[in-house]
Amino acid sequence: MADLVSHPDEVKVVSRRFGLGATNLDRYLELDGYKAVQKALAMEPDAITNEVKASGLRGRGGAGFSTGMKWSFVPKQSAKPKYVLCNGDESEPGTCKDRLIFEHDPHAVIEGVMIGALAVGARSGYIYIRGEYRYLSVIMQKAIRDAYARGFIGKNIFGSGRDLDIYWHGGAGAYEVGEESALMESLEGKRGIPRIRPPFPAVVGLWGGPTVINNAETLANVPHIILGGGEWYAKLGTPKNGGTRLFCLSGNIAKPGVYELPMGYNLKKMIYEVGGGIPNGRKLKAVVPGGSSCPCLTADEIDVAMDFDSVQKAGSMLGSGGVVVIDDQQCIVKFALRTMKFYQHESCGWCIPCREGTDWLKKTLIRFHAGGGVKKDIDNMQYLSENMLGRTFCPLGDAAAMPTIAFVKKFRKEFEDHLDGRPCPYEKEGAAEQLPAMAH
Amino acid sequence: MKFSDEFEARFAEMVPHYPTKRSALVPTLLYAQDEVGFLSDEVIAELASRLELTELEVRNVISYYSMLTTEPRGKFNVQVCTNISCMVRGAEEILHHCARRLGIGNKQTTPDGLFTLEEVECIGACSWAPAAQVNYDFHENLTAEKIDGILDEYKKRGTQ
Repeated sequence: MADLVSHPDEVKVVSRRFGLGATNLDRYLELDGYKAVQKALAMEPDAITNEVKASGLRGRGGAGFSTGMKWSFVPKQSAKPKYVLCNGDESEPGTCKDRLIFEHDPHAVIEGVMIGALAVGARSGYIYIRGEYRYLSVIMQKAIRDAYARGFIGKNIFGSGRDLDIYWHGGAGAYEVGEESALMESLEGKRGIPRIRPPFPAVVGLWGGPTVINNAETLANVPHIILGGGEWYAKLGTPKNGGTRLFCLSGNIAKPGVYELPMGYNLKKMIYEVGGGIPNGRKLKAVVPGGSSCPCLTADEIDVAMDFDSVQKAGSMLGSGGVVVIDDQQCIVKFALRTMKFYQHESCGWCIPCREGTDWLKKTLIRFHAGGGVKKDIDNMQYLSENMLGRTFCPLGDAAAMPTIAFVKKFRKEFEDHLDGRPCPYEKEGAAEQLPAMAH
Repeated sequence: MKFSDEFEARFAEMVPHYPTKRSALVPTLLYAQDEVGFLSDEVIAELASRLELTELEVRNVISYYSMLTTEPRGKFNVQVCTNISCMVRGAEEILHHCARRLGIGNKQTTPDGLFTLEEVECIGACSWAPAAQVNYDFHENLTAEKIDGILDEYKKRGTQ
């Protein structure tokens, strides 16, 4: 069970039931549970989608696409069954928010899936939870069983004459499966290799049927939007960036934790006031603002509003809400290397630029960090990364390339400090001892 | 091939949730592995037959997912995350400490079969770093002393 934190600047929407025992269905009902889905049952499907559109809710998994728009792409008529799929394969390094939602408020996810299903005309929904989160799968399975037992899901829900089934599904360790089309492959019992798009999942998705795929946090917001209204939710954030966001503060920060803050909250304030600043008398070197795939911001670049558009304008991405703080005692080359090791390990190997690019970059960075680099390597790393961009079927190639380009461009001097056989200036004595290489 | 009643009940409940049988494969593999310890030839043959797949199709899926293994592991799989959020908070020291303490390297198992050590990718404990999972249990905000206590506890549990 992960520790909860709080700060006076928090605006609790999706986290409002955290720590209140809402895994218990009766308690969830006391806390306005299953009211939103009943309200949605009395609404026209288009009205539900329009309310979500009006809320300015954008995908919390990282891409930041308008949720209401996504729903509106699902065709009204379909010969094949339609589905709603909740993406709970949270695996982006730096991200640990969906975990808290599943742990503290599983029924909100179920309710969100239900409302999505009502909006697009689906009769089944799946909640996919990563394999490592076994204890959360236990919580979710119980929540689903409890909801069935009360008749909230299943046949004739709330006496509406509609049938709606919700199922749990589990992964078995794969970052790539967090990508929407790979997620569908995994749910169909296959390797998580992405699909070629178009057709997009909204038209041809799970088992060939139109499918809405949303992140767990996105869906957990939906019941609050239906109850509070799209306009209310939109106003919590900044223009075109409705609502609040779970920000996962991690790394070299005094008070790490998951905080729910309004969209557009200033990053500097987030680090120094909410997160308590950099401990041990050290200084800030860089921040990865939205999970490992986002280009880092230097200490001079953090006066930025944390919403999708502002962070993009600052040259990075809001991503999945994972704010990883790096202090001045950390080596950026090593950080870049660890990031690349991850992407190399997780690349599914289908697209050559990603498979070969991540492997080559990893090998270069290992040699470079160990003092075997030459000056040309620095430009090569940038060149190689730039040539991966946009050349793969799914965003994993970009996710590996983008942070690397930023590390090389923004911290070129640190790369140069590793040249000519000089040992890493940050490596502590003895820490470089090697374990046998990661087999895979 | 005999699985527990719990496995059978879960399997029987899960398969009808999908329009195709093979859709139950990934979670079923993990539950089978939890019971048997690893995905043996026998388990693979059994699940392939139940889900109307070839053994090769099942192996093809197994090799993709990092939690699935066809090799036996120790009773307690100590999975230390060394990804970025954990790394900057000393995860490598935690991993090295475990390696020294258990006398094994990455992906190796102690001779008594109790512990396997594994360096893993992000486990979603970033705000409580450094972190590790022993089997499915999360252990967070780790220090060398804390991990000593944790390993002692599992050792006691494993030898009782």
